[in-house]
Amino acid sequence: MSHKFFLEVSELGKDFAPVAFGRGPVVRAVQNVSFNIRRGEVVGLVGESGSGKTTIGRMVAQLIEPTSGSIRFDGVETTSLTRRELRRMHARVQYIFQDPFASLSPRMTIGEILVEGLDIQRIGSKSERVAKAAQALASVDLPPDAISRYPHEFSGGQRQRIGIARALTLAPELIVADEPVSALDVSIQAQIVNLLRDLQMRLGLTMLFIAHDLAVVEYVADTVIVLYLGRIMEMAPSRELYASPQHPYTRALLSAVPSPDPSRHTARQILKGDIPSPANPPSGCVFRTRCPVAIEACAGAVPALREGAKGHFKACIRDDLD
Amino acid sequence: MSAEPILDISGLTTVFRIGDREIAAVRDLSLSVATGETVALVGESGSGKSVTSLSIMGLLPRGIGRIAAGTLRLRRKSGETVELQNIGGEALRRVRGNDIGMVFQEPLTSLNPVYTIGEQIAEPIRIHLGKSHREALSDAIERLEDVGIPDPSRRAGQYPHELSGGMRQRATIAMALACNPTLLIADEPTTALDVTIQAQILDLLGRLQKERGMGMLFVTHNLGVVAEIADRVVVMYAGSVVEIGSVARVFSRPRHPYTQGLMRSVPRLGTATLLKEAGTPLPTIAGSVPSLMNLPQGCPFAPRCPHRLEACEQAYPPLADAGEDQFSRCIRWQEI
Ligand SMILES: Nc1ncnc2c1ncn2[C@@H]1O[C@H](COP(=O)(O)OP(=O)(O)OP(=O)(O)O)[C@@H](O)[C@H]1O
Ligand SMILES: Nc1ncnc2c1ncn2[C@@H]1O[C@H](COP(=O)(O)OP(=O)(O)OP(=O)(O)O)[C@@H](O)[C@H]1O
Ligand code: SF4
Ligand SMILES: [Mg+2]
Ligand SMILES: [Mg+2]
Repeated sequence: MSHKFFLEVSELGKDFAPVAFGRGPVVRAVQNVSFNIRRGEVVGLVGESGSGKTTIGRMVAQLIEPTSGSIRFDGVETTSLTRRELRRMHARVQYIFQDPFASLSPRMTIGEILVEGLDIQRIGSKSERVAKAAQALASVDLPPDAISRYPHEFSGGQRQRIGIARALTLAPELIVADEPVSALDVSIQAQIVNLLRDLQMRLGLTMLFIAHDLAVVEYVADTVIVLYLGRIMEMAPSRELYASPQHPYTRALLSAVPSPDPSRHTARQILKGDIPSPANPPSGCVFRTRCPVAIEACAGAVPALREGAKGHFKACIRDDLD
Repeated sequence: MSAEPILDISGLTTVFRIGDREIAAVRDLSLSVATGETVALVGESGSGKSVTSLSIMGLLPRGIGRIAAGTLRLRRKSGETVELQNIGGEALRRVRGNDIGMVFQEPLTSLNPVYTIGEQIAEPIRIHLGKSHREALSDAIERLEDVGIPDPSRRAGQYPHELSGGMRQRATIAMALACNPTLLIADEPTTALDVTIQAQILDLLGRLQKERGMGMLFVTHNLGVVAEIADRVVVMYAGSVVEIGSVARVFSRPRHPYTQGLMRSVPRLGTATLLKEAGTPLPTIAGSVPSLMNLPQGCPFAPRCPHRLEACEQAYPPLADAGEDQFSRCIRWQEI
């Protein structure tokens, strides 16, 4: 591999047209987002509802087209691919959905679900496809007899395992996992997180891991990106980000997570107000309307994403905070 | 247990008719909520938390679910005590929304889309407190102010869809508090909210509860939220209370293997990096929650329990007194 990064996202933007008869403002779902992922690296995408996580994930997985910017996948620009090239690309990037219930067709057996992607890609003979499906099932610790059963016969955690197995049959290089454990109970969540982490390391997968649970992301991701209203607020190696968050939003977000350890209760920082509408984001820094340390200059220009300590980026003009 | 219970539930069993069988969704549950106390009901999906709160409020689906055993005593604002399982219809409606306030996970289920926020908060005030239309509306605006809604008189004239998720949840809290209830039942009131908005609502509920000295029964599946808001915690598993006690004790020294497993498997901020770098997997609880249709014979947690003995599978364990107001439904609570 000649190039340094497996995935290079630069100045990515996505606008959604207004729904009602083309009137009303466009939704600026993602604005000027740039980041890179090395082969075998896991990048976590965190942020509150509507911050643009899924939209970025879907653009990276080539499921929707960006409004602006570029995505280079293994050195190849993907925003100008032909149909055929796109289909081939789809085999290399797989998407795991949040809702294991909605994402599996109820009328198909698990076996049919697992070979579907191979069928579409016309990979291997029929028996080879079945063998690949069985192998994928085993890798997510489901019994072989699952292959002839239907989704409704499985629990939520098992269905999420099936979703993961489906993503693995095509031997993808990049996986976009969109809130893969959010719908699951705590005790099952940990099982799935371990499974994903284990597969990722064993198969050397590159992964974009989307979640709003900051602790789950801390366990899975090597690098974390914090989004707010479609923009990157902070980006840093996971250890750095959690140990010394730099952006006021990241600090507030971490402080808002309730801790189950009664002894660890510190004064919580509570942000005032609501998240503004992405159809009408604030000028300058999009976080300024809720930022506890905002100053007049914050309304002026959009703060650049600047590198402080090595690999630690923040988009905030206040460098005078401790 | 506590000095002045507002709510005292003893031996509650709630069953659902499924086909020609009756399945116990809540089994032999006892708990009490005192004045000024917050009790959290915590457990995974399907453990019976909502069925417990619906049983208290008399909102079980007619003809499908019913209270099969137990007493649910409520001390009303008037000081009179009623047994909720015995009263029905009109009497229950006088209690609901008046002595008991309710907040649910999805604000839109408790708000009617075609009435303004102000009208909806004023309605119970007119019905239960017998105030005039105008008085009730001005009370409603006061309640909106209490829950931190800016510009309350303008908001009172708006419809639910005109408010953000967090504001709607504030409005439903204002509605629940309209008649100054002595007991607030909040079923996952912050689950659908973002974490920074959740922090606002938890702060608000905690403050209102203290100011008003209400009892609060707070249903959640989030252990962090429990630690944040509750004095005591009731841990449920497959319809049974498996552990009960003060949050400080239960969380620092759990006496049931399920609670222990849960506490271990919650990923914690700041420690996950260490685990990851050491290559240690997150601790888990093996297997999955059993179906209520075929619960194991003895301890419902036995099939997943690392401390299981043969005796565990023979009889349903009693709630054992572990001292200091902590109880565990595990026969090995002393050894684990
Ligand atoms: N197809 C669409 N049409 C119009 N607007 C959209 C569309 N998809 C997303 N949006 C808007 O774009 C913004 C970003 O949405 P996105 O789903 O990416 O957020 P998210 O961070 O994944 O949120 P969540 O945590 O709720 O999943 C939101 O304001 C959303 O309403
Ligand atoms: N209307 C109903 N008919 C039949 N069974 C029901 C009904 N409502 C609840 N149950 C059953 O009762 C059990 C307990 O459900 P409950 O809603 O109390 O769970 P919960 O602890 O609130 O879970 P969650 O975290 O998902 O809200 C479940 O197994 C459920 O299937
Ligand atoms: S740039 Fe200004 S408004 Fe934005 S987060 Fe930093 S201090 Fe706050
Ligand atoms: Mg999303
Ligand atoms: Mg519930």
